[in-house]
Amino acid sequence: MAEDMNGKGRIALQIKFSNKGTALVISIIGELDHHAAEYVRNKIDGELIKSTTKNIIFDFSRLSFMDSSGIGVIMGRYKIIRQLNGKAAIVKANAQIRRILEMSGILKIMSLYESVDDAFKTLQQA
Amino acid sequence: MQPINEMKLEFISKSNNEAFARVVAAAFVSQLDPTLEELADVKTAVSEAVTNAIIHGYENKSGYVVMICRLYSDSVEIIVKDEGKGIEDIELARQPLYTSKPEMERSGMGFTVMESFMDRVDVVSEVGKGTTVTMYKTFKSLVK
Repeated sequence: MAEDMNGKGRIALQIKFSNKGTALVISIIGELDHHAAEYVRNKIDGELIKSTTKNIIFDFSRLSFMDSSGIGVIMGRYKIIRQLNGKAAIVKANAQIRRILEMSGILKIMSLYESVDDAFKTLQQA
Repeated sequence: MQPINEMKLEFISKSNNEAFARVVAAAFVSQLDPTLEELADVKTAVSEAVTNAIIHGYENKSGYVVMICRLYSDSVEIIVKDEGKGIEDIELARQPLYTSKPEMERSGMGFTVMESFMDRVDVVSEVGKGTTVTMYKTFKSLVK
């Protein structure tokens, strides 16, 4: 093998961060699978360390696909913010992603919203 | 019953190829003209099986993952196989939430997802020889 097996090469997925009040909005664009998982994990953890935020909102409006690797990433981040007594929410998952979220039981610990505003309002209240 | 079409794809166990395998399976199965949701189901199941072959079958080593798709009039048979490590206890591996790699943040849901999105999943494996996962799905949208 000529190439370094550990080098992942190009990751097609993009992550964008923004703030909604005291919550960190994490927009994931593309497909979240095992190949992208490590990159996503490192980027989010890097951002969480920088800010004092404890609530996170996953914006999946431009996420076209997710498999169980994505579930692992979400659960891992959730465990981290739970240690800070934070809460998480998900905004706009397509049909395929919603099925994976339901199957994994993740929707029992974080809710799905139609917009970042809705998610933020509820996170603020609880 | 003889398949009406068949393909075989072989690729190196790099995670970059997970998306590639998904797209190939979906493109091939598209010939039957199932619904978008049924195609998404196939892509998801393929993603899980291929990821398992890469992460567990070959771990940090390099090997070939083989995917075979056989089309029937209203269904598909998809085989994903590797010649990697093999599974010692298949029943344990298939248990929901069980993972042999918790340090990698694996959810342990791979087989559960495959079983949910496909109609049937068979696993044959031998330690040191490799693993073959065969999945079947009948497309309800096509059944007369």
